[in-house]
Amino acid sequence: MNIPYTVEERPDSGLANGKLGIWLFLASEVMLFGALFSTYIILRTGATEWPHGELSVPLGALNTVLLISSSVTMVMAWAMLKLHNWGRHRLYLLATFALAGIFLVNKYFEYSDHLARGEGPSHSTFLAIYFTLTGLHGLHIVGGMVVMAYLLGPGARLWKQNPDQFTNRIEYTGLYWHFVDLVWIFLFPVLYLL
Amino acid sequence: MHSDPASVRASLRKYVMIGAALLVFTVITVAANRLHLAVPFAITVALIIAVTKGSMVAAVFMHLSNEKKWIYGALLLTAIFFAVLMSVPFFTIMDSIGTPQPAIGVGEHPAGH
Repeated sequence: MNIPYTVEERPDSGLANGKLGIWLFLASEVMLFGALFSTYIILRTGATEWPHGELSVPLGALNTVLLISSSVTMVMAWAMLKLHNWGRHRLYLLATFALAGIFLVNKYFEYSDHLARGEGPSHSTFLAIYFTLTGLHGLHIVGGMVVMAYLLGPGARLWKQNPDQFTNRIEYTGLYWHFVDLVWIFLFPVLYLL
Repeated sequence: MHSDPASVRASLRKYVMIGAALLVFTVITVAANRLHLAVPFAITVALIIAVTKGSMVAAVFMHLSNEKKWIYGALLLTAIFFAVLMSVPFFTIMDSIGTPQPAIGVGEHPAGH
């Protein structure tokens, strides 16, 4: 049995099911990160002193550059499918996956440096909220990489069977990925600079 | 969202330009941080740049500048709840429950007691 409206748009909403689904999911994600940002504000305004300069700004800036670049390659991967350029699509999706991997490697070095100095989440309120926010964001990066690995691997077969549905899957993955980038755009100044 | 091949081809350059603009804004954010501005001003500058960058990602990469009304409706609802969530810290400041009240001194009893 075929699931309806995976490719064609619903007559009532003008959207395919997946498109509305991913946006509702992203709405719930906004609330998840919003709750943590709200917690950050409460902790910071209630603190008598707040550490400054504890995090490596060059490493944080490099990770920002990596995620912005990955957003560009992700949207290009989708655009190449629309232009029926399969080879370029694979290249851009692979680049997005690689940039995400480098982001996580940087994060690993950052975390291990803190932990080696005994600066775990229990060390201070700042590090507690830092590890919570960046840890949750990092899990989202891992989740995105899992989906991309599937679409680069076994999931790529769908392109031959139903190219429109595959293109939609890339679009939804892209929407998720841009959201992950968007969260980092706010995390970087809030945690590293202010 | 216009996703026919012709309009997608026309958007390729825009994607690269927006990506470059986002990188420039990142450099500006870091440079502004090195100026050691007063804290309220530094927070304002950093958040304005972050909101600008976020808007660019949402409008261009997520194609929100040209979406269906159902998506806008869902996001409007999200924005309202998000605003409530962000105002929670202000409620904690307004809340006086648990705050020690100043002791009433001798001779300051209300009249008639």
